[in-house]
Amino acid sequence: MENNNLIKLENIARTYQVGETEVRALRGISLQIQQGDLVAIMGPSGSGKSTLMNIIGCLDKPTSGKYILEGVEVSSLEKSRLARIRNKKIGFVFQSFNLLSRTTALENTELPLLYSNVPSKKARDKAMEALSMVGLNGRELHNTNQLSGGEQQRVAIARALVNNPSLILADEPTGNLDTKTGAEIIYLFQALNKDKNITMILVTHDPDIANIAHKKIYIRDGLIVKQEAAEERPLL
Amino acid sequence: MKILNTIRVALRALSRNKMRSFLTALGIIIGVGAVISMISIGQGAKKAVEDRFNSMGTNLLFVRPGSMSVRGRHGGSGTFNTLNPEDAKAILEKCDAVKYVSPSVSGRVQTVYQNKNWNTSIQGVGAYYPEIRNWPVEEGVFFDENLVKMAAKVCVLGSEVKDNLFEGEYPIGQVIRIKKIPFRVIGVLESKGESGGWFNRDDVIVIPYTTAQKRILGITHVQSIDVSAVSAVKTLNAKEQIEELLRIRHRIAPEAEDDFNIRNMSEIAEGAAESSRILTYLLGGIASVSLLVGGIGIMNIMLVSVTERIREIGIRMSVGAREKDILRQFLTEAIVLSVLGGLIGIAVGIFASKLISHFAGWQTIVTLGSVALAFLFSGSVGVFFGFYPARKASKLDPIEALRYE
Repeated sequence: MENNNLIKLENIARTYQVGETEVRALRGISLQIQQGDLVAIMGPSGSGKSTLMNIIGCLDKPTSGKYILEGVEVSSLEKSRLARIRNKKIGFVFQSFNLLSRTTALENTELPLLYSNVPSKKARDKAMEALSMVGLNGRELHNTNQLSGGEQQRVAIARALVNNPSLILADEPTGNLDTKTGAEIIYLFQALNKDKNITMILVTHDPDIANIAHKKIYIRDGLIVKQEAAEERPLL
Repeated sequence: MKILNTIRVALRALSRNKMRSFLTALGIIIGVGAVISMISIGQGAKKAVEDRFNSMGTNLLFVRPGSMSVRGRHGGSGTFNTLNPEDAKAILEKCDAVKYVSPSVSGRVQTVYQNKNWNTSIQGVGAYYPEIRNWPVEEGVFFDENLVKMAAKVCVLGSEVKDNLFEGEYPIGQVIRIKKIPFRVIGVLESKGESGGWFNRDDVIVIPYTTAQKRILGITHVQSIDVSAVSAVKTLNAKEQIEELLRIRHRIAPEAEDDFNIRNMSEIAEGAAESSRILTYLLGGIASVSLLVGGIGIMNIMLVSVTERIREIGIRMSVGAREKDILRQFLTEAIVLSVLGGLIGIAVGIFASKLISHFAGWQTIVTLGSVALAFLFSGSVGVFFGFYPARKASKLDPIEALRYE
């Protein structure tokens, strides 16, 4: 059980200097996430969950503590190495989709492959495959602004999937969507987790969404206040 | 990222904002176009000067009187009346590096043929003038040494004078009046063509120098002596020999200055070529300023573009773009803009120099060198002015960039 730890955080702290004052966003977080887990991180705004996401996603470095991803300590790596890790191992899904405007779904999906030297023909094939995985067959050549919110979020998921990452991080992925579309997106996450065995971390404050997770982590004031593991993997 | 991919991405990004990209490139287009057309004007002027001097013959020497100094006050060159036809004769006889000589006097006169009249310059020269100046007659004959000795009232017309006085009539054998004295036309010189702007070398009447001295100008000295050396390499020898001879003939003390100047054609040609080279640098320099302004335009637009695309940069970073990927992308955009602008500018410059030579009648020459220079310059403008914005983009923090509205 301990050997298939995908993520191991040891006493992670992150402080920001805002003018004269020090803001302690994270004050010592330790947790472990296994390969194939579906984890929900919950907490009120300002609790530090976004900072935690940024550190897990290798967009930010902790002030102190150790972060081990797939057996590699990444907390001390330099920026360009972190960029490589984001490219190969991590897929991001954001609340506001963060797609390139005036660009087709296909080109958006190809974007990570552009930075990993995949030949353009092969990149096209992989992107098409990822788009069909999220159910966007036939919409590949539409510009992102011609797509609905749900479709845009599917493009973002396809982009996260395209490089076969070990981990997908989703920050409030349904926050900009209506309930029905949101449920479809959550269902997609669940299916990808089950079929592809991709580890997922969802940041949310919607308890219904958190209920599909194998594990719920509650954060408040930069500390973990509660961890709950579901007895068995629930079905939606 | 492969280089081709980078260029493709840059082209995509630029085509998303076609109007702005075009206006940015316009600065470079105008700059490169200006550099190429201005240099072509300078080169054309240089070529025209060179052609003109080459057509006069390269083994040509001019002997002119020196400056006269009266009680320490120098007059201009040519103020001495020290050269005379006997000097010319002596030069021909005593200097073995000299092939032909032609004493020369000149003035301006009014000429009349029937009811037409024309004001032109008159050249009194020797019989070997056509050989020395590399300027043969087209119709009729040139006067020989006998006619010169006799101070005969014969003349040879430049083509411009022939056109103005005769208007298509056959001139040989006709009589024209120069300062009311009748002269028989015995020949017409080949046309040299206009090449010195306002100065037309075909607007001249050539008569024996003896005739010019006695009947037109009333002088006994000559204003200059044209000398042709036996070959181009002997011009320096000829110069030394003439110098030595004239010092003896004019009884100049060993420490005193010459009372004459000897110039050879290649010296004069070099001087003229030098001034047209300066013209080229000057025109090119002024035009480069517009290229510089174009470069600043690129920097400005790239800075705006970086600010506008902060979120895009954040997205690219989140999916794995490294600092150097972002740097390369924005730098490539700037270079693609300036290189495309440079290519269009080359076409515009070539077209503009054709237009200039068509409408202004100036000779223009677009050289491969000036095209290469302008192109290289525009490329480096892209690198230089693109670097700062690109670096700014690459140093963004991905988290801040993603949050940017």
